Amino acid sequence: MSDIAERVKKIVVGHLGIEADKADEKASFIDDLGADSLDTVELVMAFEEEFNCEIPDDAAETIRTVGDAISFLEKQQS
Amino acid sequence: MTLLEGKTVLLTGSTGSLGSAIARTLSSAGARIALTGTNNEKLNNLLMELGSSHSAHSCDLSKFEEIDKLSDTVIEEFGSIDILINNAGVKKDDLLIRMKDDDWFNVININLNSVYKLTKNISKHMFKKRSGKIISISSVVGFSGNPGQTNYVSSKAALVGFTKSLAMEVATRGINVNCIAPGMIDSEMIDSLNEKQKENILSRIPMAKLGSPEDIANACLFLGSDMSNYITGQTIHVNGGMAML
Repeated sequence: MSDIAERVKKIVVGHLGIEADKADEKASFIDDLGADSLDTVELVMAFEEEFNCEIPDDAAETIRTVGDAISFLEKQQS
Repeated sequence: MTLLEGKTVLLTGSTGSLGSAIARTLSSAGARIALTGTNNEKLNNLLMELGSSHSAHSCDLSKFEEIDKLSDTVIEEFGSIDILINNAGVKKDDLLIRMKDDDWFNVININLNSVYKLTKNISKHMFKKRSGKIISISSVVGFSGNPGQTNYVSSKAALVGFTKSLAMEVATRGINVNCIAPGMIDSEMIDSLNEKQKENILSRIPMAKLGSPEDIANACLFLGSDMSNYITGQTIHVNGGMAML
């Protein structure tokens, strides 16, 4: 697992208070992990802070799963 | 009284009669306050009176970039903002058919748009710490209407809708969002009225007297404290019975 994937999963697990093995890449924040719409906004804010970047609103809307977040951030950080 | 011991407050419009009464009351309750305003002399005088544990920030709320700067500065300085009080307000009265576009926009800008921007910035910070109190000062005329004040009344009614919607959005995050709707308060807001207008107003107030700025400050103290933890999306009417809603 890449360093970015690990950091993303750590944030998701911490923020949503779920068990670590639930945060697999296919898991949808809302449908599978019990997040509400505010949680998704907060997750994006937490990613921005962790990776010291700005995630524009239109990009944030496409981040629905753990995998979406990882691939977006991997692209952005590369 | 130490209802707000250890709490930090960001208060807009601190130097007006309402704002300074709120600042005094919250300060005596133990809060540390970031005072904001546009008149540096008045700001500094208030800061001297309340003491150096507080801070003063000059900010023109009609400019979003100044609001961003204010938010960042206060969060950095205090480390945390527990209570946001959107108190700043202006009025530019005229009948609608004579109203100047600038007077419309200026009032909406200060009374509503700045509340949007500042509350957005500060609520982000409150999200993270899972607690906060957001209090906006509306007005009885936002409920009753008032001729000559379409701009002011629109802004004050809008704060109520804003408050209800935001209260729903952030309720699960430990953030309470409420309004206070003052009636006729003995402040600069009514200085421009003539005697006849004042008499007319008094005749419509069951208590037959104006409210004091401290009456509003006490409502702020309640809504800012843990005493009001189960209250959100509401408006507290402080009006001597002028409107019973």
